[in-house]
Amino acid sequence: MTNTSRLSCPIPIEQYPMILLAHGGGGKLMHQLIEQMFVPMFGSATLHLRHDAAAIALNGQKLAFTTDSYVVYPLFFPGGDIGSLAVNGTVNDLAMVGAHPLYLSVGFILEEGLPMETLWQIVQSMQQAALTANVQIITGDTKVVDRGKGDGIFINTAGIGIIEHPQIIGPHSVQPGDVLLLNGDIGRHGIAVMAAREGLTFETAISSDSAPLADLVLHLLDAEIEIHCLRDLTRGGLASALNEIATAAGVEIEIVESQIPVQVEVRGVCEILGLDPLYIANEGRFVAFVAAKDAERALAILQADQATQNDSSSFANKACIIGRVTRTSTGMVKMKSQIGTQRIVDMLSGEQLPRIC
Amino acid sequence: MKFVDEYRDAEAAQHYAIAIAQIATHPWTIMEICGGQTHSIVKFGIDKLLPRDITLIHGPGCPVCVTPIEFIDQAIAIASLPSVIFCSFGDMLRVPGSDVDLLTVKAKGGDIRIVYSPLDALEIAQANPTKQIVFFAVGFETTAPATAMLVYQADQQGMKNLSLLVSHVLVPPAMEVILSSPHHQVQGFLAAGHVCTVMGYAEYEAIAQTYHVPIVVTGFEPVDILQGVYLCVKQLEQGQAQVENQYARAVRRTGNEVAQTLMNQVFTIVPRRWRGMGEIARSGLELRDTYANFDATKRFPISIKTTAESSECLSGLILQGIKQPHECPAFSTRCTPEHPLGAPMVSSEGACAAYYHYQMTNDE
Repeated sequence: MTNTSRLSCPIPIEQYPMILLAHGGGGKLMHQLIEQMFVPMFGSATLHLRHDAAAIALNGQKLAFTTDSYVVYPLFFPGGDIGSLAVNGTVNDLAMVGAHPLYLSVGFILEEGLPMETLWQIVQSMQQAALTANVQIITGDTKVVDRGKGDGIFINTAGIGIIEHPQIIGPHSVQPGDVLLLNGDIGRHGIAVMAAREGLTFETAISSDSAPLADLVLHLLDAEIEIHCLRDLTRGGLASALNEIATAAGVEIEIVESQIPVQVEVRGVCEILGLDPLYIANEGRFVAFVAAKDAERALAILQADQATQNDSSSFANKACIIGRVTRTSTGMVKMKSQIGTQRIVDMLSGEQLPRIC
Repeated sequence: MKFVDEYRDAEAAQHYAIAIAQIATHPWTIMEICGGQTHSIVKFGIDKLLPRDITLIHGPGCPVCVTPIEFIDQAIAIASLPSVIFCSFGDMLRVPGSDVDLLTVKAKGGDIRIVYSPLDALEIAQANPTKQIVFFAVGFETTAPATAMLVYQADQQGMKNLSLLVSHVLVPPAMEVILSSPHHQVQGFLAAGHVCTVMGYAEYEAIAQTYHVPIVVTGFEPVDILQGVYLCVKQLEQGQAQVENQYARAVRRTGNEVAQTLMNQVFTIVPRRWRGMGEIARSGLELRDTYANFDATKRFPISIKTTAESSECLSGLILQGIKQPHECPAFSTRCTPEHPLGAPMVSSEGACAAYYHYQMTNDE
């Protein structure tokens, strides 16, 4: 057993004596917290893989296990709510190791005074999302905190899935030459939540992209696409996800700005508010690193799947190839800009927006 | 997207880059005033499209960067008061004061709200009658009219629980300071398009004449900036020093007179200290006596002790275009966006932050 009383805090107190919102923003500060405090202290080999879900072998079966907490405000926003988000988010984390999601737990932290009708709506939404994602919610917990000590409701979900394929999907499998596929337009979730929270109104409603991704991934696996890595683009957006993978895999990634779909309304809001869609959160988008030989086939599968979906924003909802892994390096993401020059896509320190998901 | 895509067109950008190379026979150094332009230049790699002999240097037009440390300290002191809801643009929250930044005050329990428009502060004041609402008014001539509108409306409505910490500054006096420095390298200016949308560009004509320097009012998209550089180089090659308007789709010579009238009604011009540059005569805006009851420094007379800024930070030289960010020994080592020594590393319009995010491996 480690004698923790002798260890000093690994994050120098003169830098950050307390937690800031930015420590939860998916950027550099959050990674500093994970890398310098959590991983060294908990120190398991699986944790070191830095994946959305842990893959574990148990009696000859491979299981995937993950957890996530949801603190989004407002609780309801165009295209979703905290309930559907809590199901889809955890299902998607399981999907990112290629698992077939099976069971979820749910922990509710409720604030005194939350209208019962609001909770009922959220619970119904969770059940509907679980049905759509084909998972069962099989255990849970309920706590109530004093008024003023919560934001109505916080939800934690954990999930278990089964891994039924032999591929090793994770940053360490990424190789130079891999092709990057994205399953649709980026930025809608973050902008939809921000608009609802800040009371920003636009001529066209922007709807969250929140959706379960497991079926899409399983279709790729069924077709024996050689998948090296998958990552869903939540907090910190596409830019942070690619930076995490580039660093963990030790590679340089090059993406092409003109290939990355962004709905025109989302672009407009980003232009007005000085935000970069590359850093905006998504809840139904993922990037797949696949072997070059399978890239076109994988693209066809993603596009065919989308053709059967009933997404009102499907005009922008088109899977595409956005770049490739160019070489081994210390971890770098570059982008060919619209005007043909090249620039770095850095990871943000904190976040562009407070608390999206 | 209309009004964006056509100004980010690769072919048009190349067209201007080639045109500039064709007319440039001498090395020229041009300063873009506005931090928004700096950001565009570095983000899109516009400097890499230019001939080697054309150097773009970055000016003082980052409102967050030039706000003096005593205002930041005052903001921190007021925001820490339990009765106050402090409203600010997001960028100001991470600027280091003498001890801490506003984000730290927020984490300690200060009620600090990020607003998108000064008028948001009015709504917050109406919704919280038992609280004192303070708006941190920063920025150049671009944001000053919106602040003036807040003061005007608050006055009309007789608001008693709203006040402002006003740190607005004006561009032309800073240009003159830069041109008066014996070390300056500026041969031409790209004036800030959005500032001119409000103020017009008549006031730049005297500067162009006095200092014999061409000034091109320029927009913010890549093609705007390349066209601005082209017009500026063309004047330099011909030995001219005129004010030209590249950003005609938004700027008139006389600007927005309604906005100017409102600014005049609410503000008076005062000397102001700029962070890194020192005091500049007639470069700041302050509330007129008739609106003095909205002055947060009078409503919250707090004495603050401001410490000296980091001696390692070259922000003054960077804001005047005398040094480039990567020439600072602390750049990307002891000074990063997570641990800024000075404001230009914090703001999205700061030159140091722009270099850090987009061009760290420039020399790779």
